[in-house]
Amino acid sequence: MSETRNIIELKNIVVNYDGEPVLKGINLDIRDKEFVTLLGPSGCGKTTTLRIIGGFAEPDEGDIFFDGQRINDLPAYKRQVNTVFQRYALFPNLNVYDNIAFGLRINNVPKEEIPGRVSTALDFVDLAGYQKRKVHQLSGGQQQRVAIARAVINYPRVLLLDEPLGALDLKLRKEMQIELKKMQQQLNITFVYVTHDQEEALTMSDTVIVMDKGTIQQIGSPQDIYNEPKNAFVARFIGESNIVHGVMLADRLVSFMGREYECVDGGFEPNEPVDVVVRPEDIKIRQKNEGIMTGVVETVTFKGVHYEMIVNVSGVKWMIHSTKAAEVDAVIGMEITPEDIHIMKKSEYSEVKEVPFAENGGETEFEEV
Amino acid sequence: MKKYESFPVSPVEKKRRRKRERQAALITSPYLLWMIIFTLIPMIFVVYYAFTDATGAFTINNVKGLLGLEKETQNVIQSGTFIRLDFVKIFWRSMWYGAVATVVCLLIAYPVAYFVSQMRENRQQIIITLVMLPMWMNFILRTYALMKMLEDTGIINTAFTKLGLPVIHMINTPFAVILGMVYNFLPYMVLPIYSVMSKMDYSLIEAAQDLGCNRMRVFTKVILPLSMGGVVSGITMVFVPSVSTFYISQKLGGGTNEMIGDVIERTFLTETNYNVGAAISLVLMILIFICMAVMNRFSEDESQGGSIIV
Ligand SMILES: Nc1ncnc2c1ncn2[C@@H]1O[C@H](COP(=O)(O)OP(=O)(O)OP(=O)(O)O)[C@@H](O)[C@H]1O
Ligand SMILES: [Mg+2]
Repeated sequence: MSETRNIIELKNIVVNYDGEPVLKGINLDIRDKEFVTLLGPSGCGKTTTLRIIGGFAEPDEGDIFFDGQRINDLPAYKRQVNTVFQRYALFPNLNVYDNIAFGLRINNVPKEEIPGRVSTALDFVDLAGYQKRKVHQLSGGQQQRVAIARAVINYPRVLLLDEPLGALDLKLRKEMQIELKKMQQQLNITFVYVTHDQEEALTMSDTVIVMDKGTIQQIGSPQDIYNEPKNAFVARFIGESNIVHGVMLADRLVSFMGREYECVDGGFEPNEPVDVVVRPEDIKIRQKNEGIMTGVVETVTFKGVHYEMIVNVSGVKWMIHSTKAAEVDAVIGMEITPEDIHIMKKSEYSEVKEVPFAENGGETEFEEV
Repeated sequence: MKKYESFPVSPVEKKRRRKRERQAALITSPYLLWMIIFTLIPMIFVVYYAFTDATGAFTINNVKGLLGLEKETQNVIQSGTFIRLDFVKIFWRSMWYGAVATVVCLLIAYPVAYFVSQMRENRQQIIITLVMLPMWMNFILRTYALMKMLEDTGIINTAFTKLGLPVIHMINTPFAVILGMVYNFLPYMVLPIYSVMSKMDYSLIEAAQDLGCNRMRVFTKVILPLSMGGVVSGITMVFVPSVSTFYISQKLGGGTNEMIGDVIERTFLTETNYNVGAAISLVLMILIFICMAVMNRFSEDESQGGSIIV
């Protein structure tokens, strides 16, 4: 079981619909037995990428490799891939049992093997006893689970899942996340999972691929993606973040909010404009004159696990997550360790491109996800 | 038809349903009235005439005579022309012609409907309009035109002669009658099948491919079963008028390929024997009903609604 072998490789995949670019040169390696998640906002091309892998869409440019073999011209039914479709696509004329057994029958699995495998699959999706139900007698979430069972029962090499938990309530969703992850490990196959829920992506995946506007923004482990976002888009899309304009003075020395701060990043040009990211939970509340910044608390909101505070630091609003609440209108100090100041290159997603702090006052982003 | 399992229903829901039913009854009442006046009452008349003789006394001899059970047909059918008619044979011929015409229509219409449904939206519109175009032309005119074309001196045979081919005798043959039926009723087969096909969820086809179906399997496992509703509707809409037609068989079949519709027409209009005419109609109706019921039974498991009766 070599972990480094790629089962799927996408090379410079370009897809246009009606002259509109939908995928703009996707390069992607998926390792065998890996849990990979495509994460991105609606319309960014996640489903299209999945359809390219499944064989339901043809790229205008680029190549797809499966196990090292180019499969551009291999029809969908010959690919060792099964799909859980975004809109379920269950056969309305068949009951639950026949839907799930469909693939087994097509692939000539011995008759006596089928009932056992179907009931295992039904148990897995928690729908034991629903064999005889017609599809239209199921709720949206139940249909979704039948779709999952229908795909996994075939033991594909790669399972493509297009927002398979979208219709489920939070509790069932969390349960199914754990179940799916467990199943991926048990079946020991590759999962390519699509979601626009960043939390889901972070909890389940070995590798997260963040996409936007038909381009891959970042590929990395959940930790990498969260802690080392490559640009402002990734930082905003994954979790919440404070992003301000800064200038890299030297390695490990950045200037923002009119002051110089120590940080741990390097490798930038001298005086290169950058985006500075600080996660709200990395800011510690201190006494008035302690810490690296001082600000006035504007709002305090209880969020369950923590309080969310908006703090005005000389005109720039910073978000802080803390288990301890400060008083509204209190003047507080804010401590941020150098490790928690993350520097990103400027990108098309930067709010401020070149303007130095003094003229503009900087920008802070609060992204509710 | 969809069959729901009976879920427990709350009293509020029951009330709401009753209200909905009342509203539905109100809205459908004009149609109901229409049905009573123009369908139910005439049916009662048909049944009444079928089971009475000329004096109005009850008898089952009309029906028995038709089915060949009553040897003494003379008692039943007073008029001399009917005595030699073998009703059973004519019934069979009608059923047979109707069935052949229906099958031919199905064989033509199904691929047409399928390929049209795969086309671009605006092309679909054009082709479906072309399919419906003949229906805007009067039925009698169409049949008459076909008759003229098929004649030994008609346009087709004239063309054959010009090309040095022998004249093919077509008019007044079973071929001509069935051709007439296919020509007249084909749109009624194409439209319901096309309607089902064009509404089919394309992702189901992808799902089938995903699960290992090649083109052939996609067709047999998904497209065919899901289009059964349209097929059943189409069969009904072609078979019923084909079996009971009289104009087509008169114009294209001459006297030799008489169908049951011709006999009914003659019995009522020429012979003015309402009792026998009603009996023939009744038997025909029951036969058609049996055919449809059998077909619906066979397609019930597969179809997704869209069937017309039962
Ligand atoms: N068949 C098609 N014809 C034309 N445009 C299409 C087609 N399919 C997708 N698109 C366009 O391609 C873009 C990407 O679509 P895609 O379905 O891949 O998005 P997605 O990331 O899966 O979004 P979502 O999270 O909403 O499912 C969208 O802008 C969409 O409008
Ligand atoms: Mg999608």
